[in-house]
Amino acid sequence: MAIFLTEASKVIVQGMTGSEGQKHTTRMLASGTSVVGGVNPRKAGTSVAFGDVDVPVFGSVSEAMDATGADVSVVFVPPAHTKAAVVEAIEAGIPLVVIITEGVPVADTAEFFALALEKNVRLIGPNCPGLISPGKSNVGIIPADITGPGRVGLVSKSGTLTYQMMYELRDFGFSTAIGIGGDPIIGTTHIDALAAFEADPDTEVIVMIGEIGGDAEERAAAYIAEHVTKPVVGYVAGFTAPEGKTMGHAGAIVSGSSGTAQAKKEALEAAGVKVGKTPSETAELARQLLS
Amino acid sequence: MDLFEYQARDIFEKHGVPVLGGVVATTPEEARAGAEQLLGGQPGVVVVKAQVKVGGRGKAGGVKLARSADDAAEKAAEILGMDIKGHTVHRVMIAAGAKIATEFYFSLLLDRAERRYLAMCSVEGGMDIEQLAVERPDALAKVAVDPRTGIDQAKADEIVAAAGFDAEIAPKVAAVLQTLWTVYRSEDATLVEVNPLVLTEDGEIVALDGKVTLDANADFRHPEHAELEDAGETDPLEARAKEKDLNYVKLDGEVGIIGNGAGLVMSTLDVVAYAGEAHGGVKPANFLDIGGGASAEIMAAGLDIILTDPQVKAVFVNVFGGITACDAVANGIVAALEILGDEASKPLVVRLDGNNVLEGRRILAEAGHPLVTIADTMDGGADKAAELAHAAA
Repeated sequence: MAIFLTEASKVIVQGMTGSEGQKHTTRMLASGTSVVGGVNPRKAGTSVAFGDVDVPVFGSVSEAMDATGADVSVVFVPPAHTKAAVVEAIEAGIPLVVIITEGVPVADTAEFFALALEKNVRLIGPNCPGLISPGKSNVGIIPADITGPGRVGLVSKSGTLTYQMMYELRDFGFSTAIGIGGDPIIGTTHIDALAAFEADPDTEVIVMIGEIGGDAEERAAAYIAEHVTKPVVGYVAGFTAPEGKTMGHAGAIVSGSSGTAQAKKEALEAAGVKVGKTPSETAELARQLLS
Repeated sequence: MDLFEYQARDIFEKHGVPVLGGVVATTPEEARAGAEQLLGGQPGVVVVKAQVKVGGRGKAGGVKLARSADDAAEKAAEILGMDIKGHTVHRVMIAAGAKIATEFYFSLLLDRAERRYLAMCSVEGGMDIEQLAVERPDALAKVAVDPRTGIDQAKADEIVAAAGFDAEIAPKVAAVLQTLWTVYRSEDATLVEVNPLVLTEDGEIVALDGKVTLDANADFRHPEHAELEDAGETDPLEARAKEKDLNYVKLDGEVGIIGNGAGLVMSTLDVVAYAGEAHGGVKPANFLDIGGGASAEIMAAGLDIILTDPQVKAVFVNVFGGITACDAVANGIVAALEILGDEASKPLVVRLDGNNVLEGRRILAEAGHPLVTIADTMDGGADKAAELAHAAA
């Protein structure tokens, strides 16, 4: 088992024929992901060769689903066209849409999220690295060679901190590592991932990485206190971030006294989560629980 | 991007939100001319308001009543150059005076938790809304807004009913709320706040003060928003970084930071600050995320910005090679140091991990640049950089 993504997942790529899409489709295939098609209305009926594998291009998400039984779509479409691509995937009824694109206007995300909620479609992202269930499937841009399958479940707002933590805990491996993205509005939250890890028999320890901005970590802390029985180790980035400045991620901003790293750390600790001061200290806390 | 009040006023006017006349001025003379224009030769009052992107300017003396054009010039002279919570006042807005009967509050913002929009409205305006929310939460109506339908007539009616407006003025307020939705929607705002929204003695609803935040991710469909950028307000290093498309924030410390990925860079700042505690209290000098690519050009542009910061005494480059291979980053650093030549004059601690790390470290070691120290871990690198910065300070 793993969460959201298994060896049975059949993946289509929206934006596969673009440069980012091609690059990462190559990597996804190399890491064993079952990529069954791409979508591009102007190139429908053609195929793209990735080494020995020919991946067919379909005119729409629903055509691709009909032909291949795809149940995951990953979106590498530029920001100006992301909303149309995601709306198409939701309308087609694909159960999981992973949106890698950075720079999507928040109004667009708010609109397609409202639609996804109505149609019961799970979104991950935007502005995220995607997710990997090592040894099973890899959707997005997380490097597959950092570590293998194991007992740790990881949820993070940040891509490179996901990689860093996978690297720190490479001896143990991961059930699933998921980057949920750093935008103010995201499809899958810390809480969604925590709930899924709690239910996943393969996951023994959960590592949760947060950062400044909003109150997602505080809400996750409340959720953990109520619903999570597995041990959770936490890390929060941005203690030194000044007020009122956006730190790289669109959602990473301390506004007045809200959204601070300190408040998030305190909320997590109050919920019984062990919070590391640095990524390596956080990994050490997880290691103690795993050995 | 947060807008100044006068910019918010202009945008409100453009979308049909009722506002009073307002003229921006950067000198007392301009303030006098603005007041003359607003008064039109008639006796009356204008308000001279400091334009700063921070709350509490009234209490700080940044808002003054003027009874004539000359008086407006005098008041402007008092306010211009004033420091309000660390913000220097470079502009004032001369606003037409209003006969206020009652003050209300309205805002529309992102609800990050529920992932939709939230309208907040109160018949008690003018005061600190955060205080109101804590002390008398019942007085602040909160109404969920679907991003797809926004504030239409039905939603506007729902909001004014929840806030408890008198039946007499409720329809007028509801009409104004719909124009504020137009502002939010068509300008790609993430916050539109009106405090106070007022009822004048003439029975009109007017947005007397506005706060608008625009979504930078939507800049591609709003080329006109570029003009709203306040070049004067931005730190010169931040302005240069922006020109080069670098994600840079100037901070107040001695250790320059370069990394890839927003989360990792934020984390690097923290780790350097902790390490600095043992080295004279040195702190990170900046946030700089060079993103996934990390080509030689981007590395050179980033190093150039950081090395020209006179506060920087040492630099910590912290890269985890995910998509980017460490050998490419190492080549980028070596090439960047060549491009910069003698300009590169401060010690550089480089930590590489991940994709192709051994090759990356080999390239750096082989280049043997006298300023470069290779670190094995993030913590070790942060410590070394803090130590070097302290030694050079």
